[in-house]
Amino acid sequence: MTSDRSALNGAAASPALDRLGRARAIALPLVALAAAVIAVLNAPTYYVRVVDMVLIYVLLGTGLNMVVGYAGLLDLGFVAFYAIGAYSYAILASGQFDIHLHFALVLVIGGALAGLAGVLLGIPVLRLRGDYLAIVTLGFGEIVRLLLNNLDWLTNGPQGISRIDEPRILGFALAEPQDFFWLLLPLVAIAFTLVWRLECSILGLGWAAIREDQDAARGIGINTTFAKLLAFGLSATLGGVAGVVFAAFQRFVDPVSFSFWESLTVVLIIVIGGLGNLVGVAVGAAALIVLPELLRDYAEYRMLLYGAGLVAVILMRPRGLIDRRYNPAWVMRLLGWR
Amino acid sequence: MAGFLLQQLVNALTIGAIYALIALGYTMVYGVLRLINFAHSELFMLGAHISYFLLAVAAANAGGAALTLVLLLVFAATFVVVGLIGVGIEAAAYRPLRGASRLAPMLSALGVSIVLQNAVMLFVSRRPLPFPAFLPQLSFELGGAIVTAKQLFIVGFSALLMVGLTRFVNATSFGVRIRAVSENLQTAQLLGININVPISLIFFIGAGLGAVAGIFYSSYYGIAVFSMGFIVGLKAFTAAILGGIGSIPGAMLGGFALGLLETFGTGLLPIVSAGSIGTEYRDIFSFSVLVVVLLFRPSGLLGETVTEEGMVYKRDF
Repeated sequence: MTSDRSALNGAAASPALDRLGRARAIALPLVALAAAVIAVLNAPTYYVRVVDMVLIYVLLGTGLNMVVGYAGLLDLGFVAFYAIGAYSYAILASGQFDIHLHFALVLVIGGALAGLAGVLLGIPVLRLRGDYLAIVTLGFGEIVRLLLNNLDWLTNGPQGISRIDEPRILGFALAEPQDFFWLLLPLVAIAFTLVWRLECSILGLGWAAIREDQDAARGIGINTTFAKLLAFGLSATLGGVAGVVFAAFQRFVDPVSFSFWESLTVVLIIVIGGLGNLVGVAVGAAALIVLPELLRDYAEYRMLLYGAGLVAVILMRPRGLIDRRYNPAWVMRLLGWR
Repeated sequence: MAGFLLQQLVNALTIGAIYALIALGYTMVYGVLRLINFAHSELFMLGAHISYFLLAVAAANAGGAALTLVLLLVFAATFVVVGLIGVGIEAAAYRPLRGASRLAPMLSALGVSIVLQNAVMLFVSRRPLPFPAFLPQLSFELGGAIVTAKQLFIVGFSALLMVGLTRFVNATSFGVRIRAVSENLQTAQLLGININVPISLIFFIGAGLGAVAGIFYSSYYGIAVFSMGFIVGLKAFTAAILGGIGSIPGAMLGGFALGLLETFGTGLLPIVSAGSIGTEYRDIFSFSVLVVVLLFRPSGLLGETVTEEGMVYKRDF
């Protein structure tokens, strides 16, 4: 029977080959991790900083991808949740009110607050569809930014909140970009694993059904409102978590960091990478964050070239850089995990 | 009190006229392509900048009675130049994406918007340009309110343009084609309409009107700056939704309605809240209006009633 099954699955026939496959499956990621460690330990701080920013945007992209890529709901106000997370840390761990909570605690609080905001926003707006939803979320994002700008007693207004606490984890103070890399890498790994498992779960299938045809999805018994609320809440939570890390990383927040452009950057990341694909999110974040850094040599022409590059990429690959076929399952097969 | 209200009304009509002109561009493009044209706000900004240079040339070479004629020429030239830029953007950045997902052209519009904004910043100026006052500094007193010639001109000229547009859309063969494609692109195509002609026309008119609004805005506030498009564009877009996106009379009504809401709402905020909320909440107020309108009447004031089925475009994004 065993040989029958392996023949059917097309898996390795001999035990020796199988063992080789398993060795490769463990060795490859370890080698990659080791290479990353060596690179980060030796790279100039500036590069590590860029890598950190890429990872923060990967977190944001992973969050937004759940709503836009999986459930097919365009959210143009995602930055609001990012801002809620960031200001949670800025307010709860700085001299602003002289509250100094632990980073890990604020990570939970910020994520929860943002998730709550996502659900509260979701309850009224999710009966809207398509562009109407996009515009309401856009309005919400702007309202949050303007509130941050105007609620001086809470957020210190346009001056922002500075001298935010250095996060401490297990006795280590996180100060340098290198330190944050070690915080962000596992965070991204956890987020990727969770979201990928969600994508494969019955909930993920429900989202896909809603994306393809909402009425048919309701017809086959999917509670569309609940599924959409979950997508909204979970994505907002990830946005909030990314915000907390961002505030700790910059140690300064002001409303300018949370403009409409920021929402659009995250949308761009997931669309340019390839909608609904976690591999695409990683590639998109890397492309959109690294590109402006590479263009730094062109100083003031930087944003001009960036905009032109965007248009060119979208015209050439309107479906994104990474084909849907190259999803995390493909990566796992490549590593020999399946 | 009556004077104060009248004053606010005049101010509201002026800013409302500007919103309405910009909103027309958003609504016409959306009506046909279902595209939120993020580049439109930059065309508004371009209009202000192009007219800035044309006005400088005009002021140097003309005077007296000839100036009126030259001013009209400046308006016409700005309209045409920005209109053609609008047509060019559609042909280069949106047309190739017509078959793709609806997100692609929207993001392409965003790229264009970044390019235009930075091009103006680099090649014109980073700093706000002092916009020349090309109208006589006259003002009249009307029942306790002071009405400037500028305001009269903006409201009057906008009204003229809107009447012209309505006539054009309702009574010419081009207008019929525009209405046909905005009703249903595929059916229009089946009926033998070359859809590229009305679509280009829509972009030409929309961009041109936006540019004229740019001239008005800059002359009203006295400055032109590369970043002026974003927030005004967002508000004009709000106006288009308020009126019912896709509807031309809706955009006009929405513009004036937003102008009124914003002016009076902001004026009332400090009074209602006993001074704790000031005028800095103007933009929050506008966006709250947007959210509330969408929640309770997504079709806007004049849009067709949107049933739940009507909102379904399978596989939106």
